[in-house]
Amino acid sequence: MRRGAVTLPPAPQVAGIVAAASKPAVVLIAAKIGAATAPGLRAPHCSRTGRDRRDRSRPFTRRKNRHHGRDIVDLHRIRNLSVVAHVDHGKSTLSDRILELTGAVDAREMREQFLDSMDIERERGITIKAQNVRVHWRGYTIHLIDTPGHVDFGYEVSRSLAACEGVVLLVDAAQGIEAQTLANAYQALEHDKEIVAVLNKIDLPAADPDRYAGEIERVLGVPADQVLRISAKTGEGVAELLDVICERIPPPSGEADAPLQGLIFDSYYDQYRGVVSAVRIVNGTLVSGTRLRFMQTGRTHEVEEIGIRAPANVAVAELGPGEVGYLIAGIKDVGEARSGETVTTAAHPASEPLEGYQDPKPMVFCGLYPLEGDDFADLRDALEKMRLNDASITYEPETSGALGFGFRCGFLGLLHMEIVRERLEREFDLSLIATAPSVEYRARLTDGSTVEVHNPSEMPEPQALEWIEEPFLTATILTPAEYTGTLMDLCQNRRGDMVRMEYLSPERLELVYRIPLSEVVIDFFDALKSRTKGYASLDYEPAGWARADLVKIDILLNSVPVDAFSAIVHRSAAHDYGRRMTERLRELIPRQLFDVPIQAAIGGRIVARETVKAKRKDVLAKCYGGDITRKRKLLEKQKEGKKRMKNIGRVEVPQEAFIQALRLEE
Amino acid sequence: MPRAAGPGPIAAPAAGEDRPFGVYVHVPFCVSRCDYCAFATWTDRFHLAERYVAACVAEIRRAPTGWPPSAGALSGGVAPPPAGWPAGVPRPASSVFFGGGTPSLLPARLLGQLLSAVPISRGAEVTVECNPDTVDTATLRSYADVGVTRLSFGVQSMVPHVLRALGRRHDVEAARAAVRAASAAGFAGRYSVDLIYGAAGESLEDWRATISAVLALDPPPAHVSAYALTVERGTPLAADRSRHPDPDDQADKYLLADELFAGAGLRWYEISNWAAPGAECRHNQLYWRQGEYLGVGCAAHSHARVRHPVAVAGVGGSRRWWNVRTPERYVDQVESGRSVVAAGEVLTPAEQRLEALQLSLRTRAGVPGTALAGWREDPALDGLLATAPGDRAVLTARGRLLASEVALRLHASPAPR
Repeated sequence: MRRGAVTLPPAPQVAGIVAAASKPAVVLIAAKIGAATAPGLRAPHCSRTGRDRRDRSRPFTRRKNRHHGRDIVDLHRIRNLSVVAHVDHGKSTLSDRILELTGAVDAREMREQFLDSMDIERERGITIKAQNVRVHWRGYTIHLIDTPGHVDFGYEVSRSLAACEGVVLLVDAAQGIEAQTLANAYQALEHDKEIVAVLNKIDLPAADPDRYAGEIERVLGVPADQVLRISAKTGEGVAELLDVICERIPPPSGEADAPLQGLIFDSYYDQYRGVVSAVRIVNGTLVSGTRLRFMQTGRTHEVEEIGIRAPANVAVAELGPGEVGYLIAGIKDVGEARSGETVTTAAHPASEPLEGYQDPKPMVFCGLYPLEGDDFADLRDALEKMRLNDASITYEPETSGALGFGFRCGFLGLLHMEIVRERLEREFDLSLIATAPSVEYRARLTDGSTVEVHNPSEMPEPQALEWIEEPFLTATILTPAEYTGTLMDLCQNRRGDMVRMEYLSPERLELVYRIPLSEVVIDFFDALKSRTKGYASLDYEPAGWARADLVKIDILLNSVPVDAFSAIVHRSAAHDYGRRMTERLRELIPRQLFDVPIQAAIGGRIVARETVKAKRKDVLAKCYGGDITRKRKLLEKQKEGKKRMKNIGRVEVPQEAFIQALRLEE
Repeated sequence: MPRAAGPGPIAAPAAGEDRPFGVYVHVPFCVSRCDYCAFATWTDRFHLAERYVAACVAEIRRAPTGWPPSAGALSGGVAPPPAGWPAGVPRPASSVFFGGGTPSLLPARLLGQLLSAVPISRGAEVTVECNPDTVDTATLRSYADVGVTRLSFGVQSMVPHVLRALGRRHDVEAARAAVRAASAAGFAGRYSVDLIYGAAGESLEDWRATISAVLALDPPPAHVSAYALTVERGTPLAADRSRHPDPDDQADKYLLADELFAGAGLRWYEISNWAAPGAECRHNQLYWRQGEYLGVGCAAHSHARVRHPVAVAGVGGSRRWWNVRTPERYVDQVESGRSVVAAGEVLTPAEQRLEALQLSLRTRAGVPGTALAGWREDPALDGLLATAPGDRAVLTARGRLLASEVALRLHASPAPR
């Protein structure tokens, strides 16, 4: 199951994309969307693939007594749980408070840690938290498994759920439950996980816990009087929360003597240690130094180190059933230790792998091209390195008539795409052109075969096409009731069909639409945000395929088709797309030394045309003593500008034109 | 005459006293400021005029140092310039130019003080920029008496509503009167007219009317400068988009002007300058030929060539420097014996070549054919360049309108070895 979700905080201006975590990383990253007010992308670095390697500076603990002996923890005294929360609803603060309260980190260290994380946070605009942390509370061992609070990475929630028995659902007592949190809660319910609902921030003047407890009861069936009320900031109610966790969340089950079955639910690449995986032991015992079989890949690897995070890394000799820890086995590629993989011993393997889950598949595709053709090899290397840590990226070489050699890349969603592109540019110092994002289509040809279309250029000729189908989503929007009209209008414009409309409370309602993915990938989030002043939240999940009347529209510059601007669109929207794109390009393409026609064509038929008139004047009127230096500098600047132009059909197109043209607003 | 141009080797400047040398004197006072103007000029500081002129005289009289600058002093970088930068007037000036501002606001007495401070060679050209409404025959006669040989009138337009749109104070009749006065003072055939095209509301016919009226002046000008109205940052004009000129309209007006001036025997010799043969402004040509000049007064720029045009990497072929911007600061610096130089630069050979290319391209001299290597087949340059005697390439009228683009393309092409 994969799902994406976009959270729309009521912050006035959230940059188009907000920082998010890239990847499978044990160090998990929750975007502080609400706090991101700076324009532009605040891309997270990925130190492990990029040039900045600061955050791997702490090596895994190497104590003299490295494998210190210890008993396997009593299964019945283990509690494994995930904290599910909307961004900014206080998950980080709660984690800090729990670490402090349980003595996992003393007050002095706490302060240091806090400062440390603030440093990185300031630099990256993100929050970083240990994903799985072991704490002790009144005789119980609790594993806190963090989940990312955002967007295209919603699928990670399902990873976390697979490793735990219960969920703490953390909701801001001043804002109520948001779409993605609700979706995650439903997912937890589907998997029979125990839900502990918690209203946080009750110390806020605007807190209205009674109202939102009622809302939680209505939408999730958790009795309002069972909803805990805490303030992670002041610490009020946190101890009670830990007690309730120990009381309500069931212990894991498993056999210590059975053949080993361990579930890998996350992996990342560490430049010093190779792949580090998060593992949950289901049955049997994982012993350091044994030879493991990875049941999906069939490969065997020797355990170099196992350990727990408390929250510092502590190597241990063995991990028993119900325990969560990390595993290092000399693996160099995260693709060989993917989430959902089952590890067992090579000597006494389990007969069956655990029920895994599929890694998410790319939903959004675009071409990435280096602005300078010479950078192609650098781009390939950069993508390789990115993939080391983010197995969900796909890429394959592609050639564009207009843009030269590049890669067709697949991403989990638009946010993921933007982040990856931004990181490629920042961390690998590349200048890239990204083509219009597209989804995967399935085309049935007249000869009975079916082809997948990831790229407008792969679209079969109309005469060879039987039919074409496109992916759909079920989109769930939670919104203040006053925006219902404008949101219904938006969804209808995007070819959405309403599935359901339901009031959560007199002020808030849930809208559910079935809507083509292609209508969501471009700018749906932005539109939703701007129409609701940021108050609506969105979650979506795949909802199958359906046939549609889709056509390919081409944009020609000086009679040369620019495949970067080609798009597959619904026939009803094709003329509009052509008109908007040609008009926009007319504004974006600077006047050249000759007239430049810009045309939009469906098949061979021109449906829109604009002309960039030849420029006639480009000269400074005066050039005397005081003008000469200025004029030379201007020319030098123009020369630099020319370097950043792409030549297409003799037309010099600034990189900015590509970026701007592909940003079609409402 | 050194005429370094193109990416070829830098031409060595001729040695000796006969090398042209110009002195520019900036007069930063105006009665009112036109709203398109970004020059260093002020309407409220005329009370500084006496001290300002005295300061300029002091700057001119400073012992010449560093002319010509030695290669050893060239340590690169921008402001503040190293000690030992050129100062003073190293040899008699072949041209003096009083620009502004409104130099004609200066009484002949002050102008005379300035001029008498400058060592001048025989037959030097001495130009004063004048506003038509600040001159009369008596003033101009006194100018002639102190050595002025040439006048440049800021006429701008001969159409009343265009003059108003430009915010000019004078009227059409003032321009005619100024020319009559010039003639009476002996400047017939030795005056120039400045024009501006592209003001809000100026039609092509208005522009044609301006040109016709200028050519019909009695006596007619031997020199005209016609400038496309340019939006300079920070001016009131910049803030009012509705009055920004349309580049296509200005292109039409340029071509019309070129045609009408040529018909009257004024041929173009720089993008915005036309003259009867022999009436070209010698001083301004120094700028376009990378000649040497000393700028006196606030915000004035100077340029000096290096003794050895060494092609050693990182060593400049010339230096340029400029004075502090405001008159009060300038006066202060001089009176307290400090340098008036605000900043300067040492040009690398590459920068010097680029300047040579773009400056020379603006002129009738054009650039050496070698600069065209690799671009002979560029269809985009078709019709923008024409060949001229001596294997040179010169901009056509259409090409002059696109001079920046042409310079960029020539510069971007690989330099011949």
